[in-house]
Amino acid sequence: MARETREARQPWLLLSPALATIFFLLVVPVLFVVVYSFWLRTANGSDQPGFYLTNWIEVVTDPFYRDILFNTLKIAAVTTLLCAVLGYPTAYFIARSRGNKAMLLMFLMLPFWISYIIRTMSWINILGVSGALNSMLLALGIIETPLQLLYNEATVILGLVHFLLPFMILNIYVSVEGIDETLEDAACSLGSTRWQSFLEVTLPLSLPGLAAGGLLCFVLAAGTYITPLVLGGPRDAMFANLVFEAIITQLDWPLGSALSLVLVAVLGTLVFVYNRFFGMAQLMKGLS
Amino acid sequence: MSSVSLRNIVKRFAGLTAVHPMFLDIPEGSFVTLLGPSGCGKTTTLRMIAGLLDPTEGEISIGEQLVNNIPMHKRNLGIVFQNYALFPHKTIYDNVAFGLKYRNVSNAEIKRRVEDVLELVQLPDVGRRYPNQLSGGQQQRIALARAIVIKPDVLLLDEPLSALDANLRENMRIELKRIQEKTGITTVFVTHDQSEALAMSDKLVVMSEGRIEQIGAPKDVYDNPESTFVADFLGTSNILDVLCENADETDARINAGHLGSVSLPREKARDVVAGMVAKLVIRAEKLCLVAADTPLDNRVSVEGVVETVDYQGQAVRYFVRAGNQQLQALNMIENQPFNAGDAVSVRFKAQDCVALKGEG
Repeated sequence: MARETREARQPWLLLSPALATIFFLLVVPVLFVVVYSFWLRTANGSDQPGFYLTNWIEVVTDPFYRDILFNTLKIAAVTTLLCAVLGYPTAYFIARSRGNKAMLLMFLMLPFWISYIIRTMSWINILGVSGALNSMLLALGIIETPLQLLYNEATVILGLVHFLLPFMILNIYVSVEGIDETLEDAACSLGSTRWQSFLEVTLPLSLPGLAAGGLLCFVLAAGTYITPLVLGGPRDAMFANLVFEAIITQLDWPLGSALSLVLVAVLGTLVFVYNRFFGMAQLMKGLS
Repeated sequence: MSSVSLRNIVKRFAGLTAVHPMFLDIPEGSFVTLLGPSGCGKTTTLRMIAGLLDPTEGEISIGEQLVNNIPMHKRNLGIVFQNYALFPHKTIYDNVAFGLKYRNVSNAEIKRRVEDVLELVQLPDVGRRYPNQLSGGQQQRIALARAIVIKPDVLLLDEPLSALDANLRENMRIELKRIQEKTGITTVFVTHDQSEALAMSDKLVVMSEGRIEQIGAPKDVYDNPESTFVADFLGTSNILDVLCENADETDARINAGHLGSVSLPREKARDVVAGMVAKLVIRAEKLCLVAADTPLDNRVSVEGVVETVDYQGQAVRYFVRAGNQQLQALNMIENQPFNAGDAVSVRFKAQDCVALKGEG
């Protein structure tokens, strides 16, 4: 009896440090944010504790927030799609290459050694008015005056793809790597071409990896504020910029809290739907 | 169904010749086995027939058609892979129907043929299941069904039984042979397992280091090995260094040192001439141990002492010291097996030996 209860308790004992960490560093702060979102910022700049729905009503009803939310989801979707299209062939190539896979994967990791902000800002040196591309085009005499390439939605998406592509590639790579190559040979021996065999066998079997990479890219893209800040114009703010703006610039913590909870809810729903179809285990496989 | 013919096939990988110039004819409807240790080039040869590898030199024909430049998916082959390679995300029905889908066969016809072939492999009711819901032996049958349902010209089997456990493997061996005989498909079978090769083949191709060592019916190859490699690889043989004392039209007289002088019929010693250093091959099961005081009979007799006894149930393997030679004998157990240290007399018939040229 005593032995049984001890055995039943043991997993929880072992899990307790992790659970405590999650509780104090994740659950508690999020609860703070929830509480904050019902407070009110007064005209003199102080926060009024209480249970006010003012922030929530503003966030939910103001079309300004709604439009930016939709735009954010659109940018995240386009980014994810581009990452998938660019990432799949790369991942497939690495997974099926006979050469030094470890080296190829290391090249993929190389950008992570440089800060994400620096990597994002590097585009200014490439696409800016006096950047590499404009200088080259001017020198070649193709253009007379520098082109305005930066600070639009396209450069935001470019920056995001640059940032997120490795995540997509790694997830697809893990998936394709786990698929037995002889399956495609078998399909070919039965009369389908290489391309048909890929569509029939490898692609469907790698969908979990594609979905995991897609989820990761989408969530990270939808939650970013650095990229639109550095590479976007004034009209290219994404939803996380609103949170940043509210909390850092206007010091309106209650409004910022409500906004960030909206984003958490939207992305949380997405993760929930994903989990129903693929399970979180697939995501962990890609990250490990 | 078609014959397969390999003419002067060579396969080189960077700096390494996997298959040396090779000629091989596989007659229509036959069951031909490529047998050899790993790295002997048997799988490379099979993969070239399949179109998974291109030969560096030479021509491969299936039927009358040269297939060197025909891609795999147009060769109409049935291949059973070592790991079965069933599509894990498709049902058994869809796995088996896969090849038919790419052959302009009507849905009704597909259904009929899939049902027939599942009947043939004795798994009629598994169509809706997924591969991981079947046992290894069942997966093996489905892999075979998928390969033969397309009525291939040639069936290629790449060590299909090696992933099964021993009992199942013997059953599948009989099953596979039954299906091959029933369908009459020309079959090329690759294995490193000699008992599979001997039991199943019409024609045995023994390979070593990228070369064909010997081709023939299993019994011919087993009884008359043409090289010490074949003698050693198939079954257990005693291979002794001997001297050919005399060779005429009908007999070859071999001086086998401690074993004395043995006179072989000429067809068992085709390549030896008088005065030549030779190898004498005696199968372990042809050496019969009798008690030391057994009266001489018409067999060759050698005195020896049992060194090691390897008990195997229905049979026993003895290592016998006879002078400077150690001999292996594989005997059925009739009464009581001998014990280590027993003095015995080793008997064998001269016509059960084969004499080969000294080197090779």
